[in-house]
Amino acid sequence: MASNQIMFILFALMITVFSVLTVTTRKILRAAVFLLFVLVSTSGLYFMLNYQFMAAIQLTLYAGGIVVLIIFSILLTSHISQKFESSGWKKNIFSALAAITGAILSIVTILDYSFSATKEAAQEVDMHLIGRSLLSVDKDGYVLPFEVISVLLLAAMIAAIVIAKKAGPAKTLSPKLNQE
Amino acid sequence: MSSGIPLQYFLILATIMFFAGVYGFLTRRNLITILMSVELILNSVNINFLAFNRYLFPHKLEGMFFSIFVIAVAASEAAVAIAIIINIYRRFTTINVEDVNEMKY
Repeated sequence: MASNQIMFILFALMITVFSVLTVTTRKILRAAVFLLFVLVSTSGLYFMLNYQFMAAIQLTLYAGGIVVLIIFSILLTSHISQKFESSGWKKNIFSALAAITGAILSIVTILDYSFSATKEAAQEVDMHLIGRSLLSVDKDGYVLPFEVISVLLLAAMIAAIVIAKKAGPAKTLSPKLNQE
Repeated sequence: MSSGIPLQYFLILATIMFFAGVYGFLTRRNLITILMSVELILNSVNINFLAFNRYLFPHKLEGMFFSIFVIAVAASEAAVAIAIIINIYRRFTTINVEDVNEMKY
């Protein structure tokens, strides 16, 4: 067995185990840490596929940025040792049934379909090429989605600041909470 | 690097991750864990895009750019969602989806 196959099995096991643990663990901070493991092993998969730039983005943006944001909001909103109450066996069973049925359906379809690759030579993905195609207006250029996504990021940044800005506490409490 | 590993393995792995996210989305009640399930789903889609790009169309870059945009959208979504969650916590002192059931304030 070649070394890359061993690496793939390792990453696949990590992703499978930790993504199931992320959605089933009862402690919220552990769920965040398991999510971090999933995202880091995903970036390992990107390295195996020879997309170094994507792997770097995955590490910095997902594993670095989003997970830290999630952990911060966990610390702001809940107690670290707080355990979730179980959400009812009926809901759990039916959700698991839906997820497993969907997964089996998709896996059967994937194994049934014969993928046909092109015969064209593989292209080396370097930073130069990525930057050129991200900002080019030619046939394989992506300048329009690039501009749209930058406007989206600006809008999201302003929206996050405006929403999280502190409002007056007294009038915003719901009447239901005031009665209690 | 990816020789000797069929494309189907990557797709099956992404499927497992996707449906783990779906299960979490359906069963969780805490808003932050729901957000984490959504991140799992988006991440599995990225694996699919990159595996398709590398195996089926290695002379093009469409899958890679699409997943860059997916990551950008996921990042802005997480930022706005967490801002909303913190605002909800400030108003209701809980982020359990079943206790937060009125939009009027």
